[in-house]
Amino acid sequence: MNEKLLEINNLHVNTEDKEILKGVNLTVNKGEVHVIMGSNGAGKSTLAQVILGHPKYQVTEGDMIFQGESLKELKTDERARKGIFLSFQTPEEVPGVTVEGFLRSARSAALGRPVMLHSFRKELKEKLELLDISDEYASRYLNVGFSGGEKKKNEIIQMMMLNPKLAILDETDSGLDVDAVKIVSEGVKQFKNEENAVIIITHNSKILQSLEPDYVHILLDGQIVRTSDASLIEEVNQKGFAEYKEAVIHA
Amino acid sequence: MENIKDTIKELERGVYDIINEDRYRYKSQKGLTKEIILDISHKKNEPEWMTNFRLKSLETYQNIEMPTWGPSLEELDMDNIVTYVQPDTKLNGNWEEVPEEIKDTFDKLGIPKAERESLAGVGAQYDSEVVYHSIREDLVKQGVIYTDMESALRDYEDIIKEYFMTLVPPNDHKFVALHGAVWSGGSFVYVPEGVEVEIPLQSYFRLNSPGAGQFEHTLIIVDKNAKLHFIEGCSAPKYNVTNLHAGCVELFVKEGAYLRYSTIENWSRNMLNLNTKRAVVEKKGTIEWVSGSFGSKISMLYPMSILKGEGARSEFTGITFAGKGQILDTGTKVVHAAPYTYSTINTKSISKSGGEAIYRGSVRVAKNAHHSKSTISCESLMLDDLSRADTIPVLDIMNDEVEIGHEAKIGKISDDTIFYLMTRGISEEEAKAMIVRGFAEPIAKELPLEYAVEMNNLIKLELEGSIG
Repeated sequence: MNEKLLEINNLHVNTEDKEILKGVNLTVNKGEVHVIMGSNGAGKSTLAQVILGHPKYQVTEGDMIFQGESLKELKTDERARKGIFLSFQTPEEVPGVTVEGFLRSARSAALGRPVMLHSFRKELKEKLELLDISDEYASRYLNVGFSGGEKKKNEIIQMMMLNPKLAILDETDSGLDVDAVKIVSEGVKQFKNEENAVIIITHNSKILQSLEPDYVHILLDGQIVRTSDASLIEEVNQKGFAEYKEAVIHA
Repeated sequence: MENIKDTIKELERGVYDIINEDRYRYKSQKGLTKEIILDISHKKNEPEWMTNFRLKSLETYQNIEMPTWGPSLEELDMDNIVTYVQPDTKLNGNWEEVPEEIKDTFDKLGIPKAERESLAGVGAQYDSEVVYHSIREDLVKQGVIYTDMESALRDYEDIIKEYFMTLVPPNDHKFVALHGAVWSGGSFVYVPEGVEVEIPLQSYFRLNSPGAGQFEHTLIIVDKNAKLHFIEGCSAPKYNVTNLHAGCVELFVKEGAYLRYSTIENWSRNMLNLNTKRAVVEKKGTIEWVSGSFGSKISMLYPMSILKGEGARSEFTGITFAGKGQILDTGTKVVHAAPYTYSTINTKSISKSGGEAIYRGSVRVAKNAHHSKSTISCESLMLDDLSRADTIPVLDIMNDEVEIGHEAKIGKISDDTIFYLMTRGISEEEAKAMIVRGFAEPIAKELPLEYAVEMNNLIKLELEGSIG
């Protein structure tokens, strides 16, 4: 149960000569659900993108260890093939590339061999149904002309099809209506098992109601200032982040 | 990483680069003189009017200046270009009779495999002359003519005399004058009134001989209410000397007729591709161009549609890919010369590793062409900071009662999109290829399947080793 999946040690990250992350520590074990909360600009999305190695960020200090291996020297696609997934806050539109074609390329990149077409299609159809998306989405161009909600659901479908060991959901719930949040959390719930882990970055506690997080972290000004169990969500809802900000200043 | 990039000089282009021994029956002297022209004409046993036509074109050529408005052509030294290379074989009607080596090249290029599978007729030109021609029997019975230009000049002299270089006259510009003087090979197609050729005809032009020019002439007449899809493919292996391609295509689309003309040009990087293509469309006729320009050192290619009859239509769909050391100056021209004429232009260009892709086009609406409509869309994608893309559209509208829409987009491939695809386990190279293929998808959709596959392969070849 306590097998380490991701360990982040004293991570400092810069972009355009500005320090965004200032010594983040985080350990995620298999079977766990972590929640990262924090005000806008605290560095939550940066943390997510750094774990996947976005070229716009430079790690200046510290390390990220995934299943015993440092991620720092690995390219983004290599990290993904090790089993790390990021659900984007604003997924990119890729004209001319269909959802199905894209997923097939991604799946075969992960497997290192071509996918079996028939079983792949069947599986995709099941996931589309589960997320209440019509079949024709598979043949539409990736995220092009999708509504905000459709884009987010599409991310969850990708997660389910690629079945990563660690899924990071960056504000997957933002911009979704109540029903869509329910559908998305149902998808995440179905994905989650004892062998994988999920990090949920959110402003909103609705998505957390059915997901039962093991740990809740508050990230402010590039540092994790508080870690606790699910009860912290309720605390934040009542008090806001102001009190924790004080903690940063006095630290 | 920079060093690796610099060492990639020329792409390996697989089957396109297979060089056969330069074997020929006859090869003209280098350069361009009256004697050489006479020599070519006599070798071809041409009627006197054609010999005179060639000589007059030569004179015109000598009196016209090099064009200065586009890419520099100063490296072109006509004294070093061999204008006529007769392959060491006769025109064959049976594939088995084509010499082994030439047959092998065309086999590797997928011809005439394509013929067996999905074509109504095939022509294959090797250097200056057509080495193979075939057409399905049922089309012959319906009066469809599909043959090489030399045979056409012999067997259908009156038609050739009536149409040849009337749409693109030799005094149009320097390289059509040259073409008029030294043209050789190419295809002639005639589709009689009301005949619909349901599956495509295809001509493939292969330039093997080093330092040579290819000047094939394609003349197509689609008579009233007839229908045709013609496919043209071109390629050449790479040499260190400059090769020249100055073909000419004349398309006559009669009243109510339909012609689709699809091309994938895939030249080696030593080629100057100065091709001229033009269509004249009568009342309610339609011309559709699908044009893919790959390879070459410099290309200047602007297929032109003259909408001469009321209700005539043209549609141009084009894609251009410019890599290192290449200048691809391409586009299209449309003349709305009658009322209620319609044109659509949809072009995409991709440039990488310092390549330059320029869209140059013009739409002209004549005074009498009221209620005409034109929609133009040009999109350019640059894959790095070294590359260039330009859009030079010219609109010349002489009538107020017209509807013109113009949209141009130039952009660089987005790092965020590459990152997004890479987070799904796709390599940087494949992510870029995916974005480029997606960008080209609307064009690929318009191509016959095997050419769409070829185009995707070409994109892949162009992108390989491009990651710096």
